[in-house]
Amino acid sequence: MTELRQRMAREPDAPPEDKESEAEAKADGETASDSESRVEAVTLPTSVDDTPEVLNRALSNLSSRWKNWWVRGILTLAMIAFFFIIIYLGPMVLMMIVMCVQIKCFHEIITIGYNVYHSYDLPWFRTLSWYFLLCVNYFFYGETVTDYFFTLVQREEPLRILSKYHRFISFTLYLTGFCMFVLSLVKKHYRLQFYMFGWTHVTLLIVVTQSHLVIHNLFEGMIWFIVPISCVICNDIMAYMFGFFFGRTPLIKLSPKKTWEGFIGGCFATVVFGLLLSYVMSGYRCFVCPVEYNNDTNSFTVDCEPSDLFRLQEYNIPGVIQSVIGWKTVRMYPFQIHSIALSTFASLIGPFGGFFASGFKRAFKIKDFANTIPGHGGIMDRFDCQYLMATFVNVYIASFIRGPNPSKLVQQFLTLRPDQQLHIFNMLKSHLTDKGMLTAATEDK
Amino acid sequence: MPGSAADEGKVPFRTAKEEIRVGFGVEGSEGGGGGRRQDIAWRTVFLMSLLHLGAVYSLALIPKAQPLTLLWAAYGIVIHPPGMELTPAALEAQSLNHWTTREVPTLILSNPQWIAECHQETDIDDRYGDLDSRTDSDIPEIPPSSDRTPEILKKALSGLSSRWKNWWIRGILTLTMISLFFLIIYMGSFMLMLLVLGIQVKCFHEIITIGYRVYHSYDLPWFRTLSWYFLLCVNYFFYGETVADYFATFVQREEQLQFLIRYHRFISFALYLAGFCMFVLSLVKKHYRLQFYMFAWTHVTLLITVTQSHLVIQNLFEGMIWFLVPISSVICNDITAYLFGFFFGRTPLIKLSPKKTWEGFIGGFFSTVIFGFIAAYVLSKYQYFVCPVEYRSDVNSFVTECEPSELFQLQSYSLPPFLKALLRRETVSLYPFQIHSIALSTFASLIGPFGGFFASGFKRAFKIKDFANTIPGHGGIMDRFDCQYLMATFVHVYITSFIRGPNPSKVLQQLLVLQPEQQLNVYKVLKTHLVEKGILQPTLKVSSLKRLVF
Repeated sequence: MTELRQRMAREPDAPPEDKESEAEAKADGETASDSESRVEAVTLPTSVDDTPEVLNRALSNLSSRWKNWWVRGILTLAMIAFFFIIIYLGPMVLMMIVMCVQIKCFHEIITIGYNVYHSYDLPWFRTLSWYFLLCVNYFFYGETVTDYFFTLVQREEPLRILSKYHRFISFTLYLTGFCMFVLSLVKKHYRLQFYMFGWTHVTLLIVVTQSHLVIHNLFEGMIWFIVPISCVICNDIMAYMFGFFFGRTPLIKLSPKKTWEGFIGGCFATVVFGLLLSYVMSGYRCFVCPVEYNNDTNSFTVDCEPSDLFRLQEYNIPGVIQSVIGWKTVRMYPFQIHSIALSTFASLIGPFGGFFASGFKRAFKIKDFANTIPGHGGIMDRFDCQYLMATFVNVYIASFIRGPNPSKLVQQFLTLRPDQQLHIFNMLKSHLTDKGMLTAATEDK
Repeated sequence: MPGSAADEGKVPFRTAKEEIRVGFGVEGSEGGGGGRRQDIAWRTVFLMSLLHLGAVYSLALIPKAQPLTLLWAAYGIVIHPPGMELTPAALEAQSLNHWTTREVPTLILSNPQWIAECHQETDIDDRYGDLDSRTDSDIPEIPPSSDRTPEILKKALSGLSSRWKNWWIRGILTLTMISLFFLIIYMGSFMLMLLVLGIQVKCFHEIITIGYRVYHSYDLPWFRTLSWYFLLCVNYFFYGETVADYFATFVQREEQLQFLIRYHRFISFALYLAGFCMFVLSLVKKHYRLQFYMFAWTHVTLLITVTQSHLVIQNLFEGMIWFLVPISSVICNDITAYLFGFFFGRTPLIKLSPKKTWEGFIGGFFSTVIFGFIAAYVLSKYQYFVCPVEYRSDVNSFVTECEPSELFQLQSYSLPPFLKALLRRETVSLYPFQIHSIALSTFASLIGPFGGFFASGFKRAFKIKDFANTIPGHGGIMDRFDCQYLMATFVHVYITSFIRGPNPSKVLQQLLVLQPEQQLNVYKVLKTHLVEKGILQPTLKVSSLKRLVF
């Protein structure tokens, strides 16, 4: 067990990193003019100890391994406390935090790309990357915001025009960026520029779409945002704990620190945690209600009649467990059943996002994405497992919880031509009649 | 048929291989045994014409073919492309990034040097990592690619000078492609959809093959399977989203399809996830970087080719004219810019493509606008082109029958004064669609070429002359479609912004997915709205309403 602890405490990436710095130096086939400027940046930056001085001195007498533990622990608690504060402040602040996290993740990945390709000085490229980020964000925010702020948008004339031609405007903006890219191609650097173009687009695909799905989930109800994210965080922490205390069998070659015991223990712990958390949160309206924009007060409100999902119901316990616990029925929220599905996904498939990020770091020989958080690495390191979770929750909601938004459908219906409206109305009518929901009596009111 | 399709493509490739044996850049094996060669050449011409006629006949048979036959044909023609041998040795022969001195590529199946490299201790990523950071000047120039036109064509045109010969080959192939295009239009929208799908798959294949060649990653475990799997997933997702809208009535009848539609996003996501997890599990210790590169390459290619092709199909469903006019404008722009540049070209346009000139650009612009104007006028008359494509459940096929919208009805426009004096007419009757066609043609001629420059830059970056060798004289399918890249998106955005609002079939689809109580509520709201607007008379019976609509 001590061996395993030592193995886990030792940084597995350190030896390859030393080899890597020589290999990188040899592999840099830059032209003479570039080599001077890049001598200092020949190796990808090794992790600099960013912990604040005060923390360093306070923990100076502990051994290195425990110091690392303490630093990570303190920062974990700080992040969790920060998370709670943000939740308390409300959905608007939460949206802004998501946006900031997205921008920081984008920045980190793009910086890695620059370091890999030594393309920091390519003409225009930094501007273009940020410009593409802006375009895609504009497009996505326009699509979501107009749905939720429909009445506000209808009132203001400039907003109305912007929303009516939204796709066209976004496309024009993107096209401008594309043309600028083509015009900025420089003779000796075609390949690098195409690589950075591809890198930017894949990063946008990963980072920006996820963040917008997160915001969609948020609007559905804050519980759909909080429970999945907490499940992933809990899985991380629990898997680490179980691995620390009971870990024996390595899980995957990609991440030598992960063990099967940690994986399975984390799975069970996360499911239990999810059940408890959803039980606690389903009681409060502010978490459960969809976020709506109130025109009168010009702010976000979370006030509603909780849906069936968040009302206590009696469930019969199957015979097996009945004898164990001694209860016949149990009162649960239906949402807790869904939370089991969410937690299961978080613990089984979430780690694949982590392995993907580990593979990425090994491929490009970096230890961490950045040094933003002392002891933890960059923002991307914290959010790599969340990568798939947001998409899953969004798809889950769209498939199992609710269909399309009826009021939005009505709005779309009202923009159609009269003959199309009639056509749809008749199809709906025949459908309802077939289903028996509509009889001649109810129709002729 | 698929076998012969593969065979007829092998002729040019074998010629290219012979040329490689002699050395790059040498013009075919001329001289020696001329008379006998001529006999063989003409016999080959005859046989190839027969093959082409047979292929065209087979196309006409497609509507009556069984589904399995179509599948087999698709495999033979699209997935196993002629003219592109996929064995590692052949790829080595075509490989362009061999810095080592290896003039005569060997044709043995397993290249011992490559295998030895795999067993070395040094990380392959490091050795190919230097490909990333070298500037282009360090990469040796590839000698001009060998002439890949079939021997017979070359023999037939051997009397002409090289420049005119190239002209003739390109011309013949252009005419062949255009006539194929007309044939498919004649056969209807379903065939067009299949054609678009086929082109998409071929473009994807070409770009992925380039990625393999750049990174020598042909033998990475799983990777080919994963690329095709991702293509399948994304296509499934998009087809499910678009097709389900248009086939609403058909889908309603079948229970299993109902299930697939309702949980479509979930199923697509699960499929994609499976691919993602397989990718993570397939990461091999020495090849991380390569695998990530291929993963990213695949995704960017999917983003480029698959989304465009689905937007094309959505435009197609809007009315075939929205598919034909943009594509022909781009083709016309290509051709007329080439012609103007050929005859009047002086000032280079952009360093990226030295052959393009400002004269060609501007001349092409004006000709394309005029061409678009005329083509719109001609096509707007026919219901076949103008009507949205619908699937009729009773006939079980696609129909294009409707009352043409105002866009396609002649209207009188009063001319501005200076044109009035010029043409000596007060008004002119035009289709409103022609005004839109001016916008479409302008985009095709001003922004479309940027797609071409993008592809040129890409080819220069990776030191290839053409994307592939599918079409003699023209290069690969991607070479022909690079300018179309942005056009489809523009047309789609244009339609949704300026022509019509949301897609009615989609609204209906979503309505039918709602919970029954919600449906009832929506029904009541809609009814009140329609009655208010006077569109719906409360007393009319359902049957007479249906007659009104259809």
